[in-house]
Amino acid sequence: MSEHAGHDSDTPHVVPITTYVLVFLALMLGTALTTWVAYIDLGRWNTVAALTIAVIKMTLVVLFFMHVKYATGLTRIVILAGFFWLGIMITLSCSDELTRRWEIVPQGWQMIVPLFSRLF
Amino acid sequence: MAAHGAHPPGFAHQFETVTQQREAGTLGMWVFLVTEILFFGGMFTSYIIYRSLHLQSFIQGSHELIVRYGATNTAVLIFSSLTMALAIRTAQTGKSKGQIIFWLILTMILGASFIAIKLRFEWYRDYVEGLIPGVSWLDGGTHTPGVKMFMCFYFFMTGLHALHMVVGLGILTVLVIMTARNKFSSQYYAPLEISGLYWHFVDIVWIFLFPLLYLIGGRY
Repeated sequence: MSEHAGHDSDTPHVVPITTYVLVFLALMLGTALTTWVAYIDLGRWNTVAALTIAVIKMTLVVLFFMHVKYATGLTRIVILAGFFWLGIMITLSCSDELTRRWEIVPQGWQMIVPLFSRLF
Repeated sequence: MAAHGAHPPGFAHQFETVTQQREAGTLGMWVFLVTEILFFGGMFTSYIIYRSLHLQSFIQGSHELIVRYGATNTAVLIFSSLTMALAIRTAQTGKSKGQIIFWLILTMILGASFIAIKLRFEWYRDYVEGLIPGVSWLDGGTHTPGVKMFMCFYFFMTGLHALHMVVGLGILTVLVIMTARNKFSSQYYAPLEISGLYWHFVDIVWIFLFPLLYLIGGRY
Protein backbone atom coordinates (compact mmCIF):
# COMPACT_ATOMS: atom_id res chain seq x y z
CA MET A 1 0.00 0.00 0.00
CA SER A 2 1.37 3.40 -0.91
CA GLU A 3 2.08 5.95 1.81
CA HIS A 4 -0.45 8.72 2.10
CA ALA A 5 1.61 11.80 2.87
CA GLY A 6 -1.21 14.03 4.08
CA HIS A 7 -3.04 13.52 0.83
CA ASP A 8 -6.56 12.27 0.14
CA SER A 9 -5.58 10.26 -2.87
CA ASP A 10 -5.21 6.80 -1.27
CA THR A 11 -8.08 4.53 -2.23
CA PRO A 12 -9.46 1.59 -0.25
CA HIS A 13 -8.32 -1.89 -1.09
CA VAL A 14 -10.27 -3.36 -3.99
CA VAL A 15 -10.57 -7.11 -3.46
CA PRO A 16 -10.12 -9.07 -6.72
CA ILE A 17 -13.22 -10.85 -8.03
CA THR A 18 -11.32 -14.16 -7.96
CA THR A 19 -10.84 -13.77 -4.18
CA TYR A 20 -14.56 -13.20 -3.68
CA VAL A 21 -15.43 -16.20 -5.84
CA LEU A 22 -12.90 -18.43 -4.05
CA VAL A 23 -14.29 -17.38 -0.64
CA PHE A 24 -17.80 -18.05 -1.94
CA LEU A 25 -16.79 -21.53 -3.14
CA ALA A 26 -15.08 -22.25 0.19
CA LEU A 27 -18.26 -21.21 2.04
CA MET A 28 -20.38 -23.46 -0.18
CA LEU A 29 -17.94 -26.32 0.38
CA GLY A 30 -18.15 -25.68 4.13
CA THR A 31 -21.95 -25.82 3.99
CA ALA A 32 -21.87 -29.11 2.09
CA LEU A 33 -19.22 -30.50 4.46
CA THR A 34 -21.07 -29.55 7.64
CA THR A 35 -24.30 -31.06 6.30
CA TRP A 36 -22.50 -34.26 5.27
CA VAL A 37 -20.66 -34.62 8.60
CA ALA A 38 -23.95 -34.24 10.51
CA TYR A 39 -25.08 -37.61 9.11
CA ILE A 40 -22.01 -39.45 10.40
CA ASP A 41 -22.04 -40.64 13.99
CA LEU A 42 -19.10 -38.98 15.71
CA GLY A 43 -20.70 -38.85 19.14
CA ARG A 44 -20.01 -35.58 20.88
CA TRP A 45 -17.56 -34.62 18.13
CA ASN A 46 -20.51 -33.88 15.82
CA THR A 47 -21.11 -30.66 17.72
CA VAL A 48 -17.41 -29.82 17.69
CA ALA A 49 -17.18 -30.43 13.93
CA ALA A 50 -20.32 -28.37 13.18
CA LEU A 51 -19.14 -25.41 15.27
CA THR A 52 -15.57 -25.57 13.95
CA ILE A 53 -16.82 -25.38 10.37
CA ALA A 54 -19.19 -22.54 11.35
CA VAL A 55 -16.32 -20.58 12.93
CA ILE A 56 -14.15 -21.09 9.82
CA LYS A 57 -17.02 -19.91 7.59
CA MET A 58 -17.58 -16.88 9.82
CA THR A 59 -13.87 -16.02 9.70
CA LEU A 60 -13.90 -16.13 5.90
CA VAL A 61 -16.94 -13.85 5.71
CA VAL A 62 -15.48 -11.41 8.25
CA LEU A 63 -12.02 -11.25 6.68
CA PHE A 64 -12.93 -11.05 3.00
CA PHE A 65 -16.58 -10.09 2.50
CA MET A 66 -16.49 -7.65 5.40
CA HIS A 67 -13.00 -6.41 4.45
CA VAL A 68 -11.59 -6.82 7.97
CA LYS A 69 -8.37 -8.20 6.44
CA TYR A 70 -7.84 -4.68 5.10
CA ALA A 71 -9.28 -2.79 8.10
CA THR A 72 -7.41 -0.71 10.67
CA GLY A 73 -6.09 -2.14 13.93
CA LEU A 74 -8.66 -0.13 15.86
CA THR A 75 -11.56 -1.79 14.03
CA ARG A 76 -10.02 -5.20 14.58
CA ILE A 77 -9.64 -4.59 18.32
CA VAL A 78 -13.30 -3.54 18.57
CA ILE A 79 -14.36 -6.75 16.79
CA LEU A 80 -12.15 -8.95 18.95
CA ALA A 81 -13.46 -7.18 22.07
CA GLY A 82 -16.99 -7.98 20.91
CA PHE A 83 -16.21 -11.68 20.62
CA PHE A 84 -14.30 -11.59 23.92
CA TRP A 85 -17.38 -10.19 25.66
CA LEU A 86 -19.53 -12.83 23.97
CA GLY A 87 -17.09 -15.40 25.41
CA ILE A 88 -17.47 -13.89 28.88
CA MET A 89 -21.26 -14.01 28.62
CA ILE A 90 -21.33 -17.64 27.50
CA THR A 91 -18.62 -18.88 29.90
CA LEU A 92 -19.90 -17.20 33.03
CA SER A 93 -23.55 -18.01 32.30
CA CYS A 94 -22.67 -21.66 31.78
CA SER A 95 -20.39 -21.86 34.80
CA ASP A 96 -23.27 -20.59 36.92
CA GLU A 97 -26.19 -22.50 35.46
CA LEU A 98 -24.46 -25.81 34.82
CA THR A 99 -22.97 -26.13 38.31
CA ARG A 100 -26.13 -25.33 40.30
CA ARG A 101 -27.21 -28.92 40.67
CA TRP A 102 -23.84 -30.21 41.81
CA GLU A 103 -24.20 -32.03 45.07
CA ILE A 104 -21.13 -31.87 47.23
CA VAL A 105 -20.45 -35.18 48.97
CA PRO A 106 -17.69 -34.73 51.54
CA GLN A 107 -14.92 -37.25 51.06
CA GLY A 108 -11.59 -37.96 52.76
CA TRP A 109 -10.23 -35.05 54.75
CA GLN A 110 -13.37 -33.02 53.91
CA MET A 111 -15.17 -35.25 56.44
CA ILE A 112 -13.50 -33.08 59.06
CA VAL A 113 -16.06 -30.36 58.32
CA PRO A 114 -19.16 -32.37 59.35
CA LEU A 115 -17.21 -33.78 62.26
CA PHE A 116 -16.31 -30.36 63.55
CA SER A 117 -19.82 -29.07 63.05
CA ARG A 118 -21.01 -31.92 65.25
CA LEU A 119 -18.45 -31.06 67.93
CA PHE A 120 -19.45 -27.44 68.25
CA MET B 1 -6.59 24.77 8.37
CA ALA B 2 -5.37 23.20 5.24
CA ALA B 3 -7.54 24.02 2.31
CA HIS B 4 -9.01 20.98 0.69
CA GLY B 5 -8.52 20.99 -3.02
CA ALA B 6 -11.48 19.79 -4.97
CA HIS B 7 -14.09 18.81 -2.40
CA PRO B 8 -14.91 15.14 -3.06
CA PRO B 9 -18.61 14.21 -3.12
CA GLY B 10 -19.95 12.90 0.18
CA PHE B 11 -16.94 14.23 2.13
CA ALA B 12 -18.11 15.63 5.46
CA HIS B 13 -16.47 18.70 7.02
CA GLN B 14 -15.56 17.17 10.36
CA PHE B 15 -13.04 14.75 8.86
CA GLU B 16 -9.44 15.48 7.95
CA THR B 17 -9.29 13.07 5.04
CA VAL B 18 -11.58 10.84 3.03
CA THR B 19 -9.72 7.85 4.48
CA GLN B 20 -10.42 9.01 8.03
CA GLN B 21 -14.09 9.41 7.19
CA ARG B 22 -14.25 5.92 5.70
CA GLU B 23 -12.47 4.33 8.67
CA ALA B 24 -14.70 6.16 11.15
CA GLY B 25 -17.77 4.87 9.32
CA THR B 26 -16.49 1.31 9.34
CA LEU B 27 -15.58 1.50 13.02
CA GLY B 28 -18.98 2.94 13.93
CA MET B 29 -20.79 0.19 12.06
CA TRP B 30 -18.69 -2.46 13.77
CA VAL B 31 -19.53 -1.00 17.19
CA PHE B 32 -23.19 -1.43 16.25
CA LEU B 33 -22.52 -4.95 14.99
CA VAL B 34 -20.82 -5.82 18.30
CA THR B 35 -24.07 -4.90 20.07
CA GLU B 36 -25.82 -7.20 17.58
CA ILE B 37 -23.33 -10.00 18.32
CA LEU B 38 -24.17 -9.69 22.01
CA PHE B 39 -27.90 -9.40 21.25
CA PHE B 40 -27.92 -12.66 19.32
CA GLY B 41 -25.29 -13.98 21.75
CA GLY B 42 -27.82 -13.78 24.58
CA MET B 43 -30.07 -16.15 22.66
CA PHE B 44 -27.18 -18.44 21.76
CA THR B 45 -26.14 -18.54 25.43
CA SER B 46 -29.61 -19.51 26.61
CA TYR B 47 -29.84 -22.04 23.78
CA ILE B 48 -26.59 -23.68 24.94
CA ILE B 49 -27.78 -23.83 28.55
CA TYR B 50 -31.29 -25.13 27.84
CA ARG B 51 -29.96 -27.60 25.30
CA SER B 52 -27.60 -29.04 27.90
CA LEU B 53 -30.45 -29.22 30.43
CA HIS B 54 -32.95 -30.86 28.04
CA LEU B 55 -30.65 -32.60 25.56
CA GLN B 56 -33.00 -35.41 24.49
CA SER B 57 -35.94 -33.04 23.94
CA PHE B 58 -33.79 -30.68 21.91
CA ILE B 59 -32.58 -33.55 19.72
CA GLN B 60 -36.20 -34.63 19.27
CA GLY B 61 -37.19 -31.05 18.42
CA SER B 62 -34.31 -30.70 15.98
CA HIS B 63 -35.63 -33.72 14.09
CA GLU B 64 -38.84 -31.77 13.38
CA LEU B 65 -36.77 -29.47 11.14
CA ILE B 66 -35.83 -30.40 7.59
CA VAL B 67 -32.09 -30.18 6.92
CA ARG B 68 -32.64 -29.87 3.15
CA TYR B 69 -34.33 -26.47 3.48
CA GLY B 70 -31.88 -25.23 6.09
CA ALA B 71 -28.93 -26.14 3.85
CA THR B 72 -30.60 -24.58 0.79
CA ASN B 73 -31.20 -21.36 2.69
CA THR B 74 -27.58 -21.33 3.88
CA ALA B 75 -26.45 -21.54 0.26
CA VAL B 76 -28.92 -18.82 -0.78
CA LEU B 77 -27.62 -16.47 1.94
CA ILE B 78 -23.96 -17.14 1.11
CA PHE B 79 -24.73 -16.40 -2.53
CA SER B 80 -26.45 -13.16 -1.52
CA SER B 81 -23.35 -12.20 0.47
CA LEU B 82 -21.26 -12.70 -2.67
CA THR B 83 -23.59 -10.52 -4.77
CA MET B 84 -23.56 -7.84 -2.03
CA ALA B 85 -19.75 -7.86 -2.00
CA LEU B 86 -19.78 -7.59 -5.79
CA ALA B 87 -22.23 -4.66 -5.64
CA ILE B 88 -19.77 -2.78 -3.42
CA ARG B 89 -16.85 -3.73 -5.65
CA THR B 90 -18.75 -2.48 -8.69
CA ALA B 91 -19.15 0.90 -6.98
CA GLN B 92 -15.50 0.92 -5.83
CA THR B 93 -14.24 0.39 -9.36
CA GLY B 94 -16.49 3.17 -10.70
CA LYS B 95 -18.73 1.03 -12.88
CA SER B 96 -22.06 2.29 -14.20
CA LYS B 97 -24.98 2.65 -11.80
CA GLY B 98 -26.88 0.05 -13.82
CA GLN B 99 -24.32 -2.57 -12.81
CA ILE B 100 -24.47 -1.59 -9.11
CA ILE B 101 -28.28 -1.77 -9.21
CA PHE B 102 -28.08 -5.17 -10.93
CA TRP B 103 -26.03 -6.67 -8.08
CA LEU B 104 -28.17 -4.96 -5.42
CA ILE B 105 -31.40 -6.27 -6.92
CA LEU B 106 -29.90 -9.75 -7.26
CA THR B 107 -29.00 -9.57 -3.55
CA MET B 108 -32.57 -8.54 -2.76
CA ILE B 109 -34.01 -11.40 -4.83
CA LEU B 110 -31.81 -13.89 -2.96
CA GLY B 111 -32.71 -12.35 0.40
CA ALA B 112 -36.40 -12.52 -0.47
CA SER B 113 -35.96 -16.13 -1.64
CA PHE B 114 -34.52 -16.99 1.78
CA ILE B 115 -37.61 -15.60 3.51
CA ALA B 116 -39.90 -17.24 0.95
CA ILE B 117 -38.32 -20.68 1.49
CA LYS B 118 -38.52 -20.16 5.24
CA LEU B 119 -42.18 -19.18 5.10
CA ARG B 120 -43.45 -21.62 2.50
CA PHE B 121 -41.53 -24.80 3.26
CA GLU B 122 -40.68 -24.44 6.93
CA TRP B 123 -42.89 -22.15 8.98
CA TYR B 124 -46.04 -23.01 7.06
CA ARG B 125 -45.32 -26.71 7.51
CA ASP B 126 -44.66 -26.09 11.22
CA TYR B 127 -48.03 -24.37 11.39
CA VAL B 128 -49.76 -27.33 9.74
CA GLU B 129 -48.02 -29.75 12.08
CA GLY B 130 -48.90 -27.65 15.11
CA LEU B 131 -45.41 -26.67 16.21
CA ILE B 132 -45.69 -22.87 16.44
CA PRO B 133 -45.60 -21.59 20.04
CA GLY B 134 -48.56 -19.37 20.90
CA VAL B 135 -50.31 -20.16 17.63
CA SER B 136 -50.56 -23.95 17.64
CA TRP B 137 -50.59 -24.23 21.41
CA LEU B 138 -50.44 -22.02 24.46
CA ASP B 139 -50.27 -24.76 27.01
CA GLY B 140 -51.25 -28.32 26.38
CA GLY B 141 -50.60 -29.59 22.90
CA THR B 142 -49.25 -32.95 21.89
CA HIS B 143 -45.55 -32.29 22.33
CA THR B 144 -43.45 -32.68 25.45
CA PRO B 145 -42.44 -29.52 27.33
CA GLY B 146 -38.81 -29.95 26.22
CA VAL B 147 -39.76 -30.08 22.52
CA LYS B 148 -41.92 -26.99 23.03
CA MET B 149 -38.91 -25.27 24.59
CA PHE B 150 -36.87 -26.14 21.50
CA MET B 151 -39.60 -24.82 19.20
CA CYS B 152 -39.70 -21.56 21.18
CA PHE B 153 -35.96 -21.17 20.67
CA TYR B 154 -36.29 -22.12 17.02
CA PHE B 155 -39.00 -19.56 16.33
CA PHE B 156 -37.44 -16.75 18.31
CA MET B 157 -34.01 -17.23 16.81
CA THR B 158 -35.08 -17.76 13.18
CA GLY B 159 -37.81 -15.14 13.62
CA LEU B 160 -35.39 -12.46 14.80
CA HIS B 161 -32.99 -13.48 12.06
CA ALA B 162 -35.76 -13.17 9.45
CA LEU B 163 -36.67 -9.78 10.91
CA HIS B 164 -33.08 -8.70 10.34
CA MET B 165 -33.40 -9.96 6.77
CA VAL B 166 -36.53 -7.85 6.24
CA VAL B 167 -34.72 -4.79 7.62
CA GLY B 168 -31.83 -5.63 5.27
CA LEU B 169 -34.23 -5.73 2.31
CA GLY B 170 -35.48 -2.27 3.32
CA ILE B 171 -31.91 -0.97 3.48
CA LEU B 172 -31.19 -2.48 0.05
CA THR B 173 -34.28 -0.76 -1.39
CA VAL B 174 -32.94 2.58 -0.12
CA LEU B 175 -29.53 1.76 -1.64
CA VAL B 176 -31.09 1.03 -5.03
CA ILE B 177 -32.90 4.39 -4.93
CA MET B 178 -29.71 6.20 -3.86
CA THR B 179 -27.74 4.51 -6.63
CA ALA B 180 -30.39 5.44 -9.19
CA ARG B 181 -30.11 9.06 -8.02
CA ASN B 182 -26.34 9.02 -8.66
CA LYS B 183 -25.41 9.35 -4.99
CA PHE B 184 -22.45 6.98 -5.28
CA SER B 185 -19.15 7.04 -7.11
CA SER B 186 -15.77 5.35 -6.78
CA GLN B 187 -14.93 8.25 -4.41
CA TYR B 188 -17.99 7.86 -2.18
CA TYR B 189 -19.94 4.68 -1.55
CA ALA B 190 -19.94 4.52 2.27
CA PRO B 191 -23.66 3.59 2.59
CA LEU B 192 -23.05 0.57 0.34
CA GLU B 193 -20.02 -0.53 2.35
CA ILE B 194 -21.75 -0.04 5.72
CA SER B 195 -24.96 -1.79 4.63
CA GLY B 196 -22.82 -4.60 3.23
CA LEU B 197 -21.36 -5.14 6.71
CA TYR B 198 -24.88 -5.47 8.08
CA TRP B 199 -25.93 -7.90 5.34
CA HIS B 200 -22.87 -10.11 5.91
CA PHE B 201 -23.48 -10.04 9.66
CA VAL B 202 -26.99 -11.42 9.16
CA ASP B 203 -25.42 -14.11 6.97
CA ILE B 204 -23.01 -15.01 9.79
CA VAL B 205 -25.87 -15.35 12.28
CA TRP B 206 -27.46 -17.89 9.96
CA ILE B 207 -24.12 -19.70 9.52
CA PHE B 208 -24.37 -20.44 13.27
CA LEU B 209 -28.14 -20.98 13.46
CA PHE B 210 -28.06 -23.67 10.75
CA PRO B 211 -25.75 -26.16 12.53
CA LEU B 212 -27.08 -25.34 16.01
CA LEU B 213 -30.76 -25.83 15.17
CA TYR B 214 -30.71 -28.33 12.30
CA LEU B 215 -27.53 -30.39 12.42
CA ILE B 216 -26.19 -31.18 15.86
CA GLY B 217 -29.16 -33.26 16.96
CA GLY B 218 -27.91 -36.71 15.99
CA ARG B 219 -28.99 -36.74 12.37
CA TYR B 220 -27.25 -40.03 11.61
